[in-house]
Amino acid sequence: MSILLILFCVLAAITLSTAFLTVFSRNPIHSAIYLVICFFSVAGHYLLLNAQFLAIVHIIVYSGAIMILFLFTIMLMNLNKENEVHKPRITRLGAIVSFCLVCLILITIFINSKPIAGEYIATGEDYQSIKVLGKILLNEYMVPFEFASILLLVAMIGTVLLSKKEKLEK
Amino acid sequence: MNNILNQIGIENYIFLSVILFCIGIFGVLYRRNAIIVFMSIEIMLNAVNLLFVAFSTYHQDAQGQVFVFFSMAVAAAEVAVGLAILVSIFKNSGSISIDTLKNLKG
Repeated sequence: MSILLILFCVLAAITLSTAFLTVFSRNPIHSAIYLVICFFSVAGHYLLLNAQFLAIVHIIVYSGAIMILFLFTIMLMNLNKENEVHKPRITRLGAIVSFCLVCLILITIFINSKPIAGEYIATGEDYQSIKVLGKILLNEYMVPFEFASILLLVAMIGTVLLSKKEKLEK
Repeated sequence: MNNILNQIGIENYIFLSVILFCIGIFGVLYRRNAIIVFMSIEIMLNAVNLLFVAFSTYHQDAQGQVFVFFSMAVAAAEVAVGLAILVSIFKNSGSISIDTLKNLKG
């Protein structure tokens, strides 16, 4: 058992357990903090796969921006109390059954698609350093890159408009 | 570090992201709190991103990582707009339980 496999197993255990705790904990603040740990362990998976740029961007965007947004919203709504009523029992049972079924079906699909995907051969070619990614992003994917900036601008304007206080018309 | 998938195996990454995705589905179906539903959607997006990066390493192709980059931008925009909608719903109705949002039912 190599050290990489042990590292992978530890990271996977952290990811799955914190994701479960995010769904199950009653207090939304605790959920948000478990989700931060989950995002950090996913960034660890990216580092394990040697995708440094994505790991850094993931930490900045998810653990930095998105989680701060979640925490501020929870605090604005003053939701950090545990008075949520559960769904009816039949709905919860349906959720568990669909969880198991979707898990089974997706795993079967992916395992059976192995002959199509082909075998893994390490060529030792550099394909995921920041230099190569930047060249691909600004040559082949130039137009989508610019559209992403327009999308972010539109989202920002929309957010400001949505959360602005409406004037009473009289 | 170059032969990481020889040591770990793509199957383990497939299992991990499928289970993570299903936890996201489970959270959307199981909880009533709209913020937790949003967090579950984020978990699902992360599972797909993880599988993208794993297969990008498997095929030694950088385009999967570029796709993950765009999906992160879309996720950031989606969360900002969604949380703004949640705040205005909370201002109007005083609760964010998804079972009370029945105004569009007719």
